[in-house]
Amino acid sequence: MKRVPTYGIMAEFASAQDLVTAARHTHEAGYRKIDAYSPFPVEELADAIGFHKNNVPLVTLIGAIVGGLTGYLMQYWVAVVSYPVNVGGRPYHSWPSFIVITFEMTILFGGISAVFGMLALNGLPMPYHPVFNVPRFALASKDRFFLIVFASDPKYDAKGTRQFLESLHARSISEVPG
Amino acid sequence: MPDDRDEVKVANQPAPVIEPGYTFATITDKISSIVLTRPTSLGWVVGFGVGFLVTMMLLYALGYLFIKGVGIWGINIPIGWGFAIVNFVWWIGIGHAGTLISAILLLLRQSWRNSINRFAEAMTLFAVACAGVFPAVHTGRPWLDYWMFPYPNTMNYWPQFRSPLLWDVFAVSTYFTISLLFWFIGLIPDLATLRDRAENKYTRISYGLLAMGWRGSARHWARYETAYLLLAGLATPLVLSVHTVVSFDFAIAIVPGWHTTIFPPYFVAGAIYSGFAMVLMLAIPIRKIYSLEDFITDRHLQNSAKVMLATGWIVAYGYGIEAFTGWYSGNRYDQNLLWNRLHGPYAGVYWMLLICNIFIPQLLWLRKMRTRPVWLFLISFVILVGMWLERFVIIVLSLSRDFLTSSWGMYYPTRWDWMTFFGTIGLFVTAMFLFVRILPMISIFEMRTLLPEAEVKAE
Repeated sequence: MKRVPTYGIMAEFASAQDLVTAARHTHEAGYRKIDAYSPFPVEELADAIGFHKNNVPLVTLIGAIVGGLTGYLMQYWVAVVSYPVNVGGRPYHSWPSFIVITFEMTILFGGISAVFGMLALNGLPMPYHPVFNVPRFALASKDRFFLIVFASDPKYDAKGTRQFLESLHARSISEVPG
Repeated sequence: MPDDRDEVKVANQPAPVIEPGYTFATITDKISSIVLTRPTSLGWVVGFGVGFLVTMMLLYALGYLFIKGVGIWGINIPIGWGFAIVNFVWWIGIGHAGTLISAILLLLRQSWRNSINRFAEAMTLFAVACAGVFPAVHTGRPWLDYWMFPYPNTMNYWPQFRSPLLWDVFAVSTYFTISLLFWFIGLIPDLATLRDRAENKYTRISYGLLAMGWRGSARHWARYETAYLLLAGLATPLVLSVHTVVSFDFAIAIVPGWHTTIFPPYFVAGAIYSGFAMVLMLAIPIRKIYSLEDFITDRHLQNSAKVMLATGWIVAYGYGIEAFTGWYSGNRYDQNLLWNRLHGPYAGVYWMLLICNIFIPQLLWLRKMRTRPVWLFLISFVILVGMWLERFVIIVLSLSRDFLTSSWGMYYPTRWDWMTFFGTIGLFVTAMFLFVRILPMISIFEMRTLLPEAEVKAE
């Protein structure tokens, strides 16, 4: 593939509805390396750009299981193996009293995994990103909606893609320098 | 969410969640301008200054405590848990409303929460921080507090995991961590908004660093929403567990007045009761000062008042059951506890508690009271006082007269007790003042989703 000077082409839309429609058309037209930006979560958008596989629940589940096991095994090891304390002949492995900390550790590890897993999967923190080079993109965190076709898309072609985006009634089109 | 908007259209609905006429842009401007462009007012400086001075008083009281030891407090044997634990339970309880609003109401799709969750979560964080001060310093040798955590050490010893006090260490530290994460990930998209709107270079860099390069990508939002929902799902049982575990500190012991199975639900209800009172005490002045009546509407005040009324009755039921079991158990120590509450040396406190927590809040049945901010503010204050007295009764009164008359005693707080207590209120106020000045106190992106334009029709 020949080296392209731009990062992609970005189209601006005035409403969430327009963006979802445009994203759907773009995906249907065969573009795969696309992304959409909105100032608030739009449930239909991920679907429209063809993003279906979300690994956050899996990461959270693994974190929660690891946390629960860590919590319980730590208590078991301390109370039975490393530092057994005989309290009136009660069993060392007094599991009911280990439940609370096991539960708390499950939540703690699950929550930490959810947050840091989400950030890691999103590739954040990433202070610099080419889309920030477009001046109007500052509005993506206010009231505007953007769609980008990355130059790395096999179907990408500077002129054709621009024309295609124009046909979707974009308010403005800008080239994103790479 | 569509249900809410339909409700708005109903003519007799008293107040909408957000006043009509707003757009994505005006919501953004209105909330972010409070932080970015509004000049720091004299009122803010004075409020912050007062809070700061009171925080200094806290540091003074704690400094003296570190030099002299806990003997400067009014505690003694039998009453080894005085103000420190009363205040700890009170503050932790206040924190609970924040998590209830942000997590439980999210899962229940109560979208009215969107305008109050941010500062309620901040309230949770600061309240838990204030709460954390007390168990940390009441150990007597706070510089050894890390002994509470399990870590390999040369003494070859480990904490006792069968003790509810250790459960509490885990519950409270988990609660603080999860609340912090929940609050922070909620802030990320709004920090990006502030980054993009800041005029000043240093402001832009500061918010930019915190926003971590958030750009609102659809893939990011999808993972973000999942993580947020999962975190809410995890925080919901967590918040219920925290005050349950706090109540275990008492319920597992055999002291009359502590050893009762009703404690967990009754503690959780009491926590939410006092927490909503604090939410109202913050929301009412904030919406007035920053003219946010369009976002924090009468609907929010009414709903919070109704939550207080409901949880207040659960608490009242708890008092009723305590009194009933005291009488019905036939156990002379439990019966004595009841008599002691009504007629003993601390009877005044108990009667005050009944007045503050049960009688006065019944005014909330009147719609007039629920819609008048000044009255709501006053009732909330009364409830906060009442809930503090409740913890005082549970801890001090129960310990003062247990089984043997020879081990009875009285507890009188000293000025150091009071200074530490009011000091943490100063710390809380200072933190809240800083928060409203430097961070968006209402979630901007969640407010945007309340607008009809945010809806996308399926094709």
